Amino acid sequence: MGKEQKVPLLDKNGLRVDGRRLDELRPLKLEVGILDKADGSAYIEHGKNKILAAVYGPREAHPKHIALADRAVVRCRYHMAPFSTDERKSPAPSRRELELSKVIRESLEPAIMSEYFPRATIDIIIEVLQADAGTRCAGITAASLALADAGIPMRELVAACAAGKVEGKVVLDLSDIEDKQGDADLPVAFMPKSNVIGLLQMDGSLTEEEFKQALDLATDACRRIYDMQREALKQKYHVVKDEAEKEEVAEVKV
Amino acid sequence: MSVTHQLSPVAKLEQKTVHDLIVKGKRLDERNALDYRPLTIMLGTIEKANGSAQVYLGKTKVLAGVKIQTGTPFPDTPDEGILTVNAEFVPMASPDFEAGPPGEDSIELARVVDRGIRESKAIDLKKLCVQPGKKVFVVFVDIYVLDHDGNLIDAAGMAALGALISSKMQEFEVKNDELVFKDKIMPLPIRDYPVPITSVKINGSIVLDPCLEEEQVTSCRLTVTTGKDDRICAMQKGGLGVFTPDEVKQIVSTAISKSRDLRQRILSKVN
Amino acid sequence: MERLTVHTERKQLVGPGELLAEGPFFAGENTYRDGTKIFSSRIGLAEVIGNKFIVVPIKGAYIPRLDDIVVGRITDIGMSGWQVDVDSPYPAMLPASETPLQHGRDSVRRDLSHIYGVGDLMIAQVIAFDRTRDPLLTTKGRGLGKVTSGHVARITPAKIPRIIGKGGSMITMLKNETQTDIIPGQNGVILVIGKNPENESVAVEAIYKIEREAHTSGLTERVKAMIVERMKGKTVG
Repeated sequence: MGKEQKVPLLDKNGLRVDGRRLDELRPLKLEVGILDKADGSAYIEHGKNKILAAVYGPREAHPKHIALADRAVVRCRYHMAPFSTDERKSPAPSRRELELSKVIRESLEPAIMSEYFPRATIDIIIEVLQADAGTRCAGITAASLALADAGIPMRELVAACAAGKVEGKVVLDLSDIEDKQGDADLPVAFMPKSNVIGLLQMDGSLTEEEFKQALDLATDACRRIYDMQREALKQKYHVVKDEAEKEEVAEVKV
Repeated sequence: MSVTHQLSPVAKLEQKTVHDLIVKGKRLDERNALDYRPLTIMLGTIEKANGSAQVYLGKTKVLAGVKIQTGTPFPDTPDEGILTVNAEFVPMASPDFEAGPPGEDSIELARVVDRGIRESKAIDLKKLCVQPGKKVFVVFVDIYVLDHDGNLIDAAGMAALGALISSKMQEFEVKNDELVFKDKIMPLPIRDYPVPITSVKINGSIVLDPCLEEEQVTSCRLTVTTGKDDRICAMQKGGLGVFTPDEVKQIVSTAISKSRDLRQRILSKVN
Repeated sequence: MERLTVHTERKQLVGPGELLAEGPFFAGENTYRDGTKIFSSRIGLAEVIGNKFIVVPIKGAYIPRLDDIVVGRITDIGMSGWQVDVDSPYPAMLPASETPLQHGRDSVRRDLSHIYGVGDLMIAQVIAFDRTRDPLLTTKGRGLGKVTSGHVARITPAKIPRIIGKGGSMITMLKNETQTDIIPGQNGVILVIGKNPENESVAVEAIYKIEREAHTSGLTERVKAMIVERMKGKTVG
């Protein structure tokens, strides 16, 4: 094959290869509850990423020795389908998939109220069907919805998005070519209501100032993605309300 | 699958002790929040390796060895040498380490250390090309954790760096498409010195370089690896806790200045 | 001046992390308090009972409660009792001593599989459950014991109240219209026993329809109409 030709990542108007502005998200589509057997599930398309997330649980812990006495064990598997990448990827879990399974679990577990289910397990399965940079973030966004869809109590949803640097400019939501040729990649998972970060990784080269800009870009985008997640949940559980049952919102100052 | 860790039961009294001290701004060994434990670095202890370094950080002991051998380049970087980092959590290092294939903690550590070296472009990989597309040098960095008393990532990162900067290889040239070694020794071409600095959150307070007892009551950690010109080249959050954006920015600031200190100390070992 | 604000409407669909109210209210089921604010922790319909906010969940696992009637399946036989799958993360135990008197004695000498065997369906009641051990069941009691005929429907436990209906209105309608006996287990497993399998399958179809459309209005009428339609052309048993 040989080395890929390097293409300019920003044009003379400062627009990116796919025409986006520096702070623009790729198109994002979310769907909740698409699988029948899983207790909860969600599907995300983000850029050309196509990722399925499923949740089983809370369910009995097998094998019993992994169970914790005071809360549920959370198990997470991030895996890429062999046909998901440009070059076929071996189905055996790679070191990268093992690391991502860990950091993804560590971004979702803080949101799960696992103390409600001692000695049980909650299993999160993320399958990347097609990869286009930002798979761990898209996976987290979908897995959050799958957990909510399963009826598992959570403090709030977790949204995730990456920021980065391309030709010296801090940008939001790297595409595949920007990830490969760019200067930095910063995936972030964020809980907007609590204002806390559950996943943060970075590779590349950033000054302290650039880092702060990139972090703010990513967390702001997470707020927008959070709204999309809520909308996707409402779509799935669309309620037809009986007019007679509605009551006005009350604001009482005592 | 990544599974929630079974925690080694830490006596409630010990937990409370660590918490109470931190609240008062003190730590178990009288350190301040930003102090590192006593650090000893010895370079070149394993003569058969191209390079090696032993790091004692408090009671934590990590040994890193570098071997440089020829190999085939990756198709998308035909004129660059290869870096590969591996870590072993040797069973002797801790009652909690078991023999067997690397678990997620040792894989994470190896990949975080790798990222620091790779993204800072510390090794000039282009200088390790013998024949583009056919033959390059592969730099194997193997990290051995020998004694676990906390903050393995920083100790491992410093050991890897020490091993790399003390690495020597034979000078070479290509004659008639053949690799020919010359009679001189040269250092591995290193041009940056990435140092990881790990901060942890205990009961809301942030401290650096946790010892094992502190790690056991840590809610989460953030490792920031910086290169010689204050450029951040790798970061990794770990653990089940969470950080606010402000805490992250503060941690990054501290890590950048701290890494200057430690880089000085590592470089002063090389003459 | 203390702030008291309600941010949600009754029966509004809410999700995890959604703000329900602010002030000295009580955080009930499926909500949690953070400072002065009360948030939902699950997807469901927000409800206020007095000054307590709760969320009625749309879906979720069955967590046993004391006195629940459950429909379960024997999965294993041990020395002194049976393991029962009640569709919960917590496998239940039915001790031999908790079966009707004539079975309970001499359980050591008798082979327990003569009483209940693996695969048998049971109606049982939860007599003990807490965070440190698995639920204990009993089949002593009226209407409890092995099930030998009928059809089983499995729905999410959160929808069982909808199957029963206000004052039993929905389940009474189902029983009358399909001429079946319906025993809803709190664990989401529902037993339907009718004169013939056709009646039973109409009832099961109705049950799944209720589960799908639980949050809509006018459901009782629609389900009744569906049943009447199905029952036409069936021999009155």
